[in-house]
Amino acid sequence: MECVEVFMTAGKIAELLGAEIVCHDDLKDKDLKTACGSDMMSDVMAFYHDGGLLLTGLVNVQTIRTASLLDIDAVCFVRGKIPNPEMLSLAQESGIIVMKTAMPMFPACGMLYQAGVKGNNQASEK
Amino acid sequence: MTFDYIVSGDDFSSAGTASQDIKKRLQQLGVPVPVVKRTAIAMFEAEINMVIHAHGGEAHVTIDEHKITIVMEDHGPGIPDIDLAMQPGYSTAPESARDMGWGAGMGLPNMKKNSDFMKIESTVGVGTKVTMELNIT
Repeated sequence: MECVEVFMTAGKIAELLGAEIVCHDDLKDKDLKTACGSDMMSDVMAFYHDGGLLLTGLVNVQTIRTASLLDIDAVCFVRGKIPNPEMLSLAQESGIIVMKTAMPMFPACGMLYQAGVKGNNQASEK
Repeated sequence: MTFDYIVSGDDFSSAGTASQDIKKRLQQLGVPVPVVKRTAIAMFEAEINMVIHAHGGEAHVTIDEHKITIVMEDHGPGIPDIDLAMQPGYSTAPESARDMGWGAGMGLPNMKKNSDFMKIESTVGVGTKVTMELNIT
């Protein structure tokens, strides 16, 4: 199977999702290779170790802490969720790009997938 | 060197700060990136478990040149059936934990997957002690 990696910048992703970058706009040229969508941080911890972008509707500081511990580059809050100042402060400190969009999870993921952004299909190995 | 932490059981939003601190220290020590990430994941899951199920506890992390040893000890309700608790997807987490994004039943399996050795000692009504080791070399 041929695997074609599509790199897309955080800024381009924000544009596609109609999202506003609310933290680390200075990093919008960073390439994000893969993405995952989940409201369960337990599942993100178990199945997504690729860096890249996390799409979620879960708005609390644990979302950012999970991203920070997993070296996730960017978090996009879907369904119009708004991150609070504590979350933005931790994201700022951790170098994580944060964006928010009114788009629901499914169309947001579908749009990125269609544009060539892939998920990681397998749980990461040691 | 050993690092000791109190994991608060009252404040859900602070859960994970000990893991973040250990991650930072391991990075400073030049531990290989994959080992740092696995340590952070294993310890973060354990911290979350402590807050959800045991009203907090203590974390002790020992780092030597060969391995990282994480000991997580609580005085919570204990685990009645460890084999069942190890099943992916099995969870007794309350709705409040699910609202915070936890309780998918992946914590213990993920801790085992990310460590090179894991031992769970638990007595119902007394508490739980989880020991995890990760090889550096």
